Amino acid sequence: MKVFLELFIEFFQIGLFAVGGGPATIPFLMDLPSRHDWYERADVANMLAVSESTPGPIGVNMATYAGYNAAGLSGGIVATLSLVLPSIIVIIIVAKILESFNKNSYVKSAFHTIRPAVTGLIGTAVLGIWETSLFTAEDGSFRFPIFSVVLCAVFYIAMCNKKLKKLHPAFWILCGAVVGIIFRM
Amino acid sequence: MEELITLYTTFFRIGGLTFGGGLTMLPMLKHELVEKKDWVTEDELLDYYAVGQCTPGIIAVNTATFVGYKRKGVIGGIVATLGMISPSLIIISILALFLDQFMSNVWVSHAVNGIKVVVCALMLNTVVTMAKKSIVNALCGSIAVIAFLLALFTPIPTVLIVVIAGIFGIILYKTGGLKV
Repeated sequence: MKVFLELFIEFFQIGLFAVGGGPATIPFLMDLPSRHDWYERADVANMLAVSESTPGPIGVNMATYAGYNAAGLSGGIVATLSLVLPSIIVIIIVAKILESFNKNSYVKSAFHTIRPAVTGLIGTAVLGIWETSLFTAEDGSFRFPIFSVVLCAVFYIAMCNKKLKKLHPAFWILCGAVVGIIFRM
Repeated sequence: MEELITLYTTFFRIGGLTFGGGLTMLPMLKHELVEKKDWVTEDELLDYYAVGQCTPGIIAVNTATFVGYKRKGVIGGIVATLGMISPSLIIISILALFLDQFMSNVWVSHAVNGIKVVVCALMLNTVVTMAKKSIVNALCGSIAVIAFLLALFTPIPTVLIVVIAGIFGIILYKTGGLKV
């Protein structure tokens, strides 16, 4: 029972403070293993890979996955519902006062500084994802896989290309899976 | 009742057929809500989306709550949101159940290792896109760098960094240092 209460508190907080959608949940998910043994920090990379290659919003997929790891099926349900509960409350309040919310100077100034802070936080989380996905060997030691690093750079450059920019992320995920199989990564 | 069921099934379909979330969901939302159902206009959808982006939570979920609330009040908001998250709950739970067996398959693990490299590139792309949108002046740039360093080198909880950033913005506004 205690684990469900903990899941509720943690994921309610994530839902309440992850401003900017799915990616904004990642820093929080990287932070969780320091307080709970639901999953390891390194598992976040797997979670991201699974969430990106299955339908549904990434943030929701990650919550379901993390909750499932913590306490099985009911854990997944509790984590996901807790994650969306703040949205339901906040959006219903905002929908009632939409006009004034958008124009309120306090709201605007708070978000003006929150958005870059969240960007910085996601930056740190991305470094963590790189560390576990690319630079950590299975036994936990440091490695430098030249092939993967070059491949990652090639994918990034391709994503920034003007013509390829519009392509769906699912396309890149599929490319990654194919390349992984061909080169037996 | 009938409309609640339609709300649930429509958002169930959107949640079950879109990959990625966030901006990648916009075309699907437009197709289902504006063109097929005529529930909202395109302008309204963009407004919801903009608000969804600067309120806490998952953007796709926020938009679902918005549209559901507009159609059928609080119950509508809840039903639409449940519809949006149901496919994730089902798919991820089934996947997690078999994931260990699934991951021990050698071809699957090759594919996942390839996907992880793509995810690293996608994440970098996300940060750069967000930085372009959120870092509009030197003040925002310094806040991003400070938040980045605090999260990297100190054990300060992520939630606290977000709250401090928000309070800082309000104080700056009150003291005249920020014009919005």
